[in-house]
Amino acid sequence: MENANNARLIRKKSSWRKQLIHLIPIPAVAIYSIFVVYPILAAFTYSLFEWNGMTMGEFNNFDNFITLFTKEPFNTMFWNALGHNIYYFVVEMVVQNGIAFGLAYIIFKKIKGTGFLKVAYFLPRLLSIIVVGFLWKMILNPNMGILNVFLEKVGLGSYALAWLGNPDTALTAVVLINSWFAIGFFMLLFLAGLQSISSEVLEAAKLDGAVGFRLVRSVILPMMFQPLVIVVVMTFIQAFEAFELVFAMQGSMGEPYYSTDLLAVFFYRTAFGGNAGDSGALGIGSALAVVMFVIIATISALFMSYVNKKDSA
Amino acid sequence: MNFKLLKRGILYTIAFVYAVISLFPMFLMIISSFKPNIEIFTKPLSFPLKWTVISYETLFVKLNYAKYIGNSVYVSIVTLAILLIISVMISYYLARFNFKWNGLLFFYFLIGMMLPIKLGLVPLFLLIKDLGLVDSLWSIILIHVGTGLPMAILILTGFFRTLPKELEEAGRIDGASNMGLLLKILVPLMRPALGTVLIINFIGVWNEFFFPMIFIQNEALKTIPLGMMQLFGEFTTDWSVLFAGLTLSSLPMILIFAFASRQFMDGLTSGAVK
Repeated sequence: MENANNARLIRKKSSWRKQLIHLIPIPAVAIYSIFVVYPILAAFTYSLFEWNGMTMGEFNNFDNFITLFTKEPFNTMFWNALGHNIYYFVVEMVVQNGIAFGLAYIIFKKIKGTGFLKVAYFLPRLLSIIVVGFLWKMILNPNMGILNVFLEKVGLGSYALAWLGNPDTALTAVVLINSWFAIGFFMLLFLAGLQSISSEVLEAAKLDGAVGFRLVRSVILPMMFQPLVIVVVMTFIQAFEAFELVFAMQGSMGEPYYSTDLLAVFFYRTAFGGNAGDSGALGIGSALAVVMFVIIATISALFMSYVNKKDSA
Repeated sequence: MNFKLLKRGILYTIAFVYAVISLFPMFLMIISSFKPNIEIFTKPLSFPLKWTVISYETLFVKLNYAKYIGNSVYVSIVTLAILLIISVMISYYLARFNFKWNGLLFFYFLIGMMLPIKLGLVPLFLLIKDLGLVDSLWSIILIHVGTGLPMAILILTGFFRTLPKELEEAGRIDGASNMGLLLKILVPLMRPALGTVLIINFIGVWNEFFFPMIFIQNEALKTIPLGMMQLFGEFTTDWSVLFAGLTLSSLPMILIFAFASRQFMDGLTSGAVK
C-alpha cells in the first residue's frame, strides 16, 4: 500500500517536473510579444482614436485617415512622399540590382581575385547608415567636397553642382548612395542564386548555342526565379522603410523643399513633430503607419504568392 | 581567341573599377582623419604629408567619445548575450519536441521577419515611457532582442534539425538532463549557426540609429551613432575631426570583418535566403 502511494507520488512529481519544459520558450515569447508584436497591433487601434498630445482621447472612427487624405498639408505630403518611395524602389531595382547582378555574374565567371572583389564590394554594408550619410554629405559638399574638387580639376567644373541642395538631383543622389551601401549584399544574393544553377544545365544550354546575353536572358534568369523574387521583395521593403539616410543627410523635412521626403520621414515628422511649432499628431501618425503597413504587406504578399503559383505550376 | 581575351579584359576592368568606387570613399575617410584639417582641402587625394592623430585626441578630449564607445560595447554585449541564450532555448524547444502548438509558435515568430517594426513606433514609445525606460539603455536592448529573435530562431531551429537525434539519445542513456544535453552536447556543435546569429545582430545593434535616437536623450548614455549626430552638430568646420569620428565608429566592424569576412558574408545572406 505504502509502496503504491510512493510510486504515485514519484510519478506525480516527475510529471510536474516535466511541465517545467514549457518555461523554456517563455522569455523569447514575452520579449517578442511585448516589444515587436504588441506595438504593431496597437498602431491599428491608435489610428482609430483621437489624441491630445500623448494621451488617448475618444474613439473617432476613421477621422485620422480622412484627415490624412483630405487635409492640407497631410494629403499633399502623403502623395509627394509616396511618389518618392516608388522612385526610390525603381532606381534601386535598375541601378543597384543591375550593377549587383553584373558584378555577381563577373564573379561567377571565375575571374581571378574574386575573394578580394567580394570583400571590396561588401565592405560598405558594414558601415552604419549614419556614417554612410555623413561621409557622402562631405564628399558631395558643393564647395569643399572631393567630387566637385575633382570635377573642377579635370575641367568639368560646370558639372560641379550642389547635388544635395538641388531639388532636381537630391533624391537621386540619396538613392544612389543607398545603392552604394547595399550593392555588395545584393551581389551576394545574386551570386548564391547563380551558384544554385546546375552546371549541366548551363553546359547543355551552351552546346545549344546560347551564349552571352541570350544565355543570361533565356536560361540563367528564369532558373533564378526564386532568388530574384526575394531580391525584389527585399528591395521593395528597403525602399518603403527607408528613413535613416534621408534623415541624416537631408533632415526630418526631406530638404530641399520636401524633395527627398519619404513616407517613413513623413511618419516620423507627423508623429513626433519635426515641423516648426508642431507638437506632433499621434493619431494621424498612426493612421499613416497603418497605411504604410498595408502597402508593404499587400505588395510583399503579392510578390510571394506569385512565386508560389509559379512553383506549383 | 583575341575576342575572348578582349572580353576577359572588359570583365576585369568593370570588376576593378567598381571595386575602386566601392572602396574609395572609405579610403578617403581613413586617410583624411590622419591629416591636419587644411591638408584635406589642399591635397584631398594624397596620403598625409605627416600622419597625425590629433583629431582622434580631440574626439576623446573634447567629446565624450570614450563614453559613446563604452555604451555601444555594453549594449552590444548585453543584447547579444540575452538574444543568444533565449533563442537557443526556444529553438531547442521548437526543434526537439513535438508539442501540438509548436508549428503555430514557429509561425508566430516567422511573421516577425516581415513586420516593419518602425511602424509600431508610436505605441512602442508610449510603452517604453510607461515602463520608465526612456533614457535607459535597456530600451534599446529589449527592442533589439525582440526584433532579432525571428531570424535567430529561424537559423537555430534549422540547425538543430540537422543534428542527429542519436546524439541526445546516447546522452540520455548516460543520464544527462535536458539542460545538460543542450549545454554539453548540442551547443558546442552549433557554433557555426551561433556565429551567424551573432554576426547578423552585432552589425545591426552596433550600427543601430533609429531607436537610440528616439529613446536616448541623456548625453552620458549615447551610443556611437548618436555621438556622431552630436559630433556633426558641433564640429562643422573641422573635417579632420569629423573623418576621425566616422573612422573610429566603423573600425571595430572593419577589423572583425578582416578576420571573419566569410562568416560575415555567408551569415548575412543565409539569413536572407532562408
